[in-house]
Amino acid sequence: MTDAARPGTPDRGYSLPPSYLNAGTTLKSWLLTTDHKRIGLLYLASITVFFMIGGIAAAVMRTELMTPAGDLVSADTYNRLFTLHGVIMVWFFLIPAVPTTLGNFVLPLAIGARDVAFPRLNLFSWYLNIAGGSLALSALLLGGVDTGWTFYTPYSTLYSNSYVTLAAAGVFVAGFSSIATGLNFIVTVHTQRTEGMGWMRLPLFVWSIYATSIILVLATPALAIVLAMIVGERVFDLGLFDPRRGGDPILFQHIFWFYSHPAVYIMILPGMGVVTEVLTCFSRRKVFGYEAMVFAILGIAIFGFFVWGHHMFVSGQSTFASLIFSLLSFVIAVPSAIKVFNWSATLYGGHITFEASMLYALGFVGLFTMGGLTGLFLASIPIDVHVTDTYFIVAHFHYIMVGGMVSAFFAGLHFWWPKITGRMYSEGFARAAALLMFVGFNVTFFPQFILGFMGMPRRYWSYPPEFQILNLMSSFGAMILTLAYALPMIYFALSLWRGRMAGDNPWRATGLEWATASPPPRENFVQRPVVDRAPYDYHPAHGEPTEREDDPDREKRDDRPEDPA
Amino acid sequence: MSNLHEPFQTLARQRNAAEFGIWIFLASELVFFGGLFTCYSVYRLLYPQGFLAAGAETNLIIGTANTAILLTSSATMAVAVWAGRAGLRRHVLWGLCLTAMLGVGFMVLKAVEYAEDIRKGLVPGAGFAMSERGAEIFFSFYWIMTAIHAVHLTIGVGAVSLAAWRLWRGALDWRGTAFLHVVGLYWHLIDLIWIFLFPLLYLLGRGG
Repeated sequence: MTDAARPGTPDRGYSLPPSYLNAGTTLKSWLLTTDHKRIGLLYLASITVFFMIGGIAAAVMRTELMTPAGDLVSADTYNRLFTLHGVIMVWFFLIPAVPTTLGNFVLPLAIGARDVAFPRLNLFSWYLNIAGGSLALSALLLGGVDTGWTFYTPYSTLYSNSYVTLAAAGVFVAGFSSIATGLNFIVTVHTQRTEGMGWMRLPLFVWSIYATSIILVLATPALAIVLAMIVGERVFDLGLFDPRRGGDPILFQHIFWFYSHPAVYIMILPGMGVVTEVLTCFSRRKVFGYEAMVFAILGIAIFGFFVWGHHMFVSGQSTFASLIFSLLSFVIAVPSAIKVFNWSATLYGGHITFEASMLYALGFVGLFTMGGLTGLFLASIPIDVHVTDTYFIVAHFHYIMVGGMVSAFFAGLHFWWPKITGRMYSEGFARAAALLMFVGFNVTFFPQFILGFMGMPRRYWSYPPEFQILNLMSSFGAMILTLAYALPMIYFALSLWRGRMAGDNPWRATGLEWATASPPPRENFVQRPVVDRAPYDYHPAHGEPTEREDDPDREKRDDRPEDPA
Repeated sequence: MSNLHEPFQTLARQRNAAEFGIWIFLASELVFFGGLFTCYSVYRLLYPQGFLAAGAETNLIIGTANTAILLTSSATMAVAVWAGRAGLRRHVLWGLCLTAMLGVGFMVLKAVEYAEDIRKGLVPGAGFAMSERGAEIFFSFYWIMTAIHAVHLTIGVGAVSLAAWRLWRGALDWRGTAFLHVVGLYWHLIDLIWIFLFPLLYLLGRGG
């Protein structure tokens, strides 16, 4: 493709190789690709499907809860619905979403690499993810699972007469996909950084994916083993979690939460990374306290392994254990707070503009803070005992996981969309969707805090009439939220069709991914970039990054041969 | 330089990446088995008598023979890896073939042992032969742990055989790459796990 065919691209004085989108257009060239950028898009497609399935289940539930009586679906169907929603959203959307789509696409570009360290393993991860998703979905469609996404024993092993085995096997397989992806990213960051890209020059998005990968590699196997034990128990009647035969059902919860609490940070850390990139770019300020941010990321990753017991305050574990886990859960709020303070300090005095991805990122900071502060309530044993298994819990983890992680995912998608597709979307529509999502989210989930405090239990398909008003508000909010999620699909599709060309760096951002063409060529960079400065070299006074003026590579880039092929 | 693959620009860097990758994988595997060992320990503390009685029912002779076989295979694998470093193709081939054969030998013996266990009614479930509380849980772990170990060993035998076949055909990048080292480290993981399984499952309850 020549420059003439890409309006908006600066005149480089040489012609570019075809973009990764044009390097082979057959279905086979996509399904057998080893290009990290295409694999990121494959994930984006599969994850969107999972998100829609999980979202539909949520919509049916919120409709059921509009009236106090259980009149739309039966109690049993309702159990299967919330399990479908939880299993799909947690295991097949929230956990893989940011690392596998934005991580796959951006991470190699951001460190100046040609690809991830093991490209074929990367493709294999996608197939594993699809295989796991298909297994779990088939279980959920054949007749469903009624255990909830946590598969708690002994209900899941002894009593549930649903497709637990198949669903657990699906999650087990998807776990291998996570491990392979995490391994790939760790080795990539260690071995593929370009010249001059030292550890303390890594973009914070890369740091957050790196820390997430460590959690993926070291926590996921614990989940795998406990799921294998559930399958073994159901298929071969092993009796490990059967109290009548000496089994210990609580043991399942210990191992399960040893994975699943760190899994919360698998969801939120990449989101924090995305938001850092966006906030610093649209306030045109260097990130405040870069080193502190790095240590906060690593601190969250490490402390995340020591707090699983706060999920078990009412499970019958010893009071002493509960006290220790309570203390550790307070400690993990410290690095999270450092990040919020540093974001605020980055914004302070910045030259702030409100692009759509900035709105999503600001929404993230607010919603994450809200979710994090209510997390402190839950770390306090007396309050936790009061609100355990109520809607307070539901609201808390939705603020973190949906308000936080999904906002961050959208922030990142809007931020890197021009890089991914080479085209711009409608900024007006996108801002409207961002605001709508923030409003819809709060209308949906804030009433649930109150409902929970009043004592409405989670996972019930009917409730006393006095809870109806708050439930109606929540369901109404869910409708707004549905609209807010549908809008991006429309304007992103329009952008692909007739969006204006983005150019290399529409946001005037400083990351390496912006130093190549949009969309990037198959090899990412025509000539490998060299890094000679700290990241986030923004200057608010000019409202301009300095990169364009005194970029030492500019000369070099300009005398590249006419046709690199 | 046909051994060099995208996205690497030097063979040394590619070798480092492959070795680093397999170490991360091994760390991940240790957490996987660590979960099992933790659960085993918890139940061992809950039911010391049942575990002692059940541990005395495993076949010590086959278990010991298998330990010897697996440790020998570890040595032959090490020979293959070191011969690869020295560039001795024939020795690599022999090392890999012996390793695969010893691995198959282990599994044959294990199958004999499984058949005997089934005959003696040591399978958890309705027809379980022992009455001590906890004995059934011991055998649950026995079956899960040895089965998962056998799965790993099967993958290992497959990988080693495939490597030997491709080396014989001349289609294996073994000079200067980390391939043999990676396969070797995986094989040693299988030994390592067994070294823990052997005392936990076979030696327990036999101290008099």
